[in-house]
Amino acid sequence: MKTLAELQAIRDKMKNKVVMREGVDDIRVVVGMATCGIAAGARPVLNAFVEGVNEAGLNDKVAVSQTGCIGLCQYEPIVEVHQNGEKVTYVHMTAEKAATVIEKHLKGGKVVAEFTAQNG
Amino acid sequence: MKELSLNILDVAENSVKAKASLTEISLTECNDTLTLVIKDNGCGMTQEILMGVTDPFYTTRTTRKVGLGIPLLKMSAEMTGGSFKIESVSITDDAVNHGTTVTAVFNKKHIDFTPLGDIVSTVVTLIQGHPDCDFLYKHTANDNEISLDTRELREVLEDVPLDSYEVIKWIEGNLKEQYLQSESI
Repeated sequence: MKTLAELQAIRDKMKNKVVMREGVDDIRVVVGMATCGIAAGARPVLNAFVEGVNEAGLNDKVAVSQTGCIGLCQYEPIVEVHQNGEKVTYVHMTAEKAATVIEKHLKGGKVVAEFTAQNG
Repeated sequence: MKELSLNILDVAENSVKAKASLTEISLTECNDTLTLVIKDNGCGMTQEILMGVTDPFYTTRTTRKVGLGIPLLKMSAEMTGGSFKIESVSITDDAVNHGTTVTAVFNKKHIDFTPLGDIVSTVVTLIQGHPDCDFLYKHTANDNEISLDTRELREVLEDVPLDSYEVIKWIEGNLKEQYLQSESI
């Protein structure tokens, strides 16, 4: 049962980690969550990134966040990966494609070219 | 939108954008109707702006000139023979009691009723994306009630952010358990 006591235990465990985490993120994954993105299926994509990044043990390195309309509604769901001032835009994303991006790009450091705006 | 829960996610994002510190989402099922209320204490809208929001060609976005969130929700409700209402008090008219309330009533038995879908995922997504805002979620049907209040969680968590992965998973698990335990929702 997910009780408040269990939540307290999570808090105690997290307290030490919170301090360490600040300023560590060097990759930012941004998912478009406006009407266009949501209607195209952005919610499961976002959740796949939140879960996948954690399962891959990348949560100290990668921050997953949401944004509004990116302006390319016909390519939604859109995911941007920001790193070292550079941006890679993935289009027509799915939860399955998210798993590939986590494995190859976020973990392996190689852009998944076939999912990018240039090729998607 | 394939699921009503996606409309809810979309419209609740407007509340966050209106700088609401608290957004209340309530679903009430009674016989054949489902009533959705999304109420926030954000900056609200003037009556002039309010008149335009159900028009698909009204939007606050700057990337293009069409906004579909509110019109889509209105359409989903009216398609079932239900109703739609949006009320708002602008911060410029009332510095204390401002905010927006959206009410949509659906006829669940109507063939065009969009199923609620994965509402747990919607609540989790809202909290994950806006850990500094508070959300009160309530779903009532017959005598059962499912509820989650981030203000209560915040009290327990102290300064641990609501979007920490473990906390997000706890919220998801807690809601899923509440749904499993209530037989009639």
